[in-house]
Amino acid sequence: MRSRIERLDHRIILGLIEQGATVLDLGCGDGSLLKLLAQGKGVMGQGIELDDQEIFRCVEKGVFALHGDLDSGLEQYKDKSFDYVILNQSIQQVRNVEAVISDALRVGKKVIVGVPNFANYRARLQLFFGGRAPVTKTLPYRWFETPNIRSFSLKDFERFCADRGIAIEKAHYLRGLTRVLLMPNLFAESGIFLIKR
Amino acid sequence: MKEFVFAKDGDGFELGSGKRLRAVTLAYETYGKLNKNRDNAILVEHAFSGDSDAASWWKGMIGKGKALDTDRYFIICSNVLGGCRGSTGPSSIDPDTKRPYGLSFPLITIGDMVRAQKKLIEHLGIDRLLSVIGGSMGGMQVLQWVSLYPDSLVSAIPIASTLKHSPQQIAFDEVARQAIMSDPDWRGGDYYGKKAPERGLALARMIGHITYMSDESMEEKFSRTPKEKDKSSYFSSDFQVEGYLRYKGNSFVKRFDANSYLYITKAMDHFDLSGTKLIPLDKNIDVKFLVIAFRSDWLYPPYQSKEIVKVLQGRSIYASYCEINSTYGHDAFLLEVEEQSRLISGFLNQAASKNKEDAAYEI
Repeated sequence: MRSRIERLDHRIILGLIEQGATVLDLGCGDGSLLKLLAQGKGVMGQGIELDDQEIFRCVEKGVFALHGDLDSGLEQYKDKSFDYVILNQSIQQVRNVEAVISDALRVGKKVIVGVPNFANYRARLQLFFGGRAPVTKTLPYRWFETPNIRSFSLKDFERFCADRGIAIEKAHYLRGLTRVLLMPNLFAESGIFLIKR
Repeated sequence: MKEFVFAKDGDGFELGSGKRLRAVTLAYETYGKLNKNRDNAILVEHAFSGDSDAASWWKGMIGKGKALDTDRYFIICSNVLGGCRGSTGPSSIDPDTKRPYGLSFPLITIGDMVRAQKKLIEHLGIDRLLSVIGGSMGGMQVLQWVSLYPDSLVSAIPIASTLKHSPQQIAFDEVARQAIMSDPDWRGGDYYGKKAPERGLALARMIGHITYMSDESMEEKFSRTPKEKDKSSYFSSDFQVEGYLRYKGNSFVKRFDANSYLYITKAMDHFDLSGTKLIPLDKNIDVKFLVIAFRSDWLYPPYQSKEIVKVLQGRSIYASYCEINSTYGHDAFLLEVEEQSRLISGFLNQAASKNKEDAAYEI
């Protein structure tokens, strides 16, 4: 994800979280979201991240981060240990999506999920007219180098939640630095969902 | 080297076993200055064969502008109880008999080492340490501090360490102890003033050094490079790795006491803070953690550090953990200066600023 876009999703997530909340950020990257939440909302945050270089960046900026993968990282946390669990732009890279989301819902009172939209119109056009796997600003990887092992749309994610009795309390749809209000599954590049069991 | 002597009079210093020691000496060093608020002190815990001279054995980490910055922090390091580098141990003189203790020295635990250090910290006028940090057995002492005195700590940094020794770790310690005790010069521990069990102690150290390295680091360091041949025997050392181990073994006996080797390895083997022993269920602690492990460390493998992390997760304690991608094996905690420095200086910065917030709160 590019940093300008990241700032909009970070702004939206900042707006979803109350002052002084506790947050677990799964796939926390370089810790910039947790740092923002600590500064802007007095959040006490914990991150988990697979990439050791990102762990160094987290610790250097004063963010707590555990080096490990999401597929096996949560079992020790007690139920409802955190006010929020964040999965921002990470589930498309997770092997066992169902287990990670259900564990996130167990460990957090609420969960914030940010996902890319593989059914964005640009991706559709590239696939339909170009006949090739799409490469866009939000899906910047070519097929042979992508870390994304799941390709799904916003509609797919909403259906996933509905099928499992997961309530979507809020949904925000984004394209670049703007919000998308009309036909998000076609026009949005990503979505941010506040979900709850 | 400074000395702190306590429990000179009265009943002496009570050990976890119930036994008592009179007139306990801790040899220690300090670096930097304790500030006015007395909240910048960091206790460095040495590993099995280390000593209080932390600025020598951890040269890359301690000093001006380094991770343990002596311009900012007041660094303390003491030789462990049971040791032989200035602190009371089996080679010290028993005040009752005026002779070296030998095997009449009581068995000690990691807990006893830490309880003695607490007395030193109090003597230095420090209520709360900004951090306690150490690798290997030093990390065990860090964990022991958490279990005994969590209210006296802002943060804890156990490196390449464990909540308890595995059977494999106990096995290596036992082979080393057998090497010492099977040396006829050991004489049931009563060798002071006579020839020390140098062959046994050197052999124990050679075994130790194998476990401190890794297959990769030995390949990098020695490969199969031949040594200049000493023709005196078929079985003189032919390869550089053999020469290295012999050199390490022979130089170790000049600075280490064989009985201390026995006592300290036993203390490590019996150490066990697994389950709820690190943090009792009825206690909530406010200590921040930085846990560090090394990929190629097979003596204290990363899974043991992850066990520490799991305990912290179960108690919702905020922590950072990194498995550093090193080839050095267990020795990495002494050698991987750059990566450790990035983690430790960032983490301590955060701990120090947290300290300031708390202080402001109290006012």
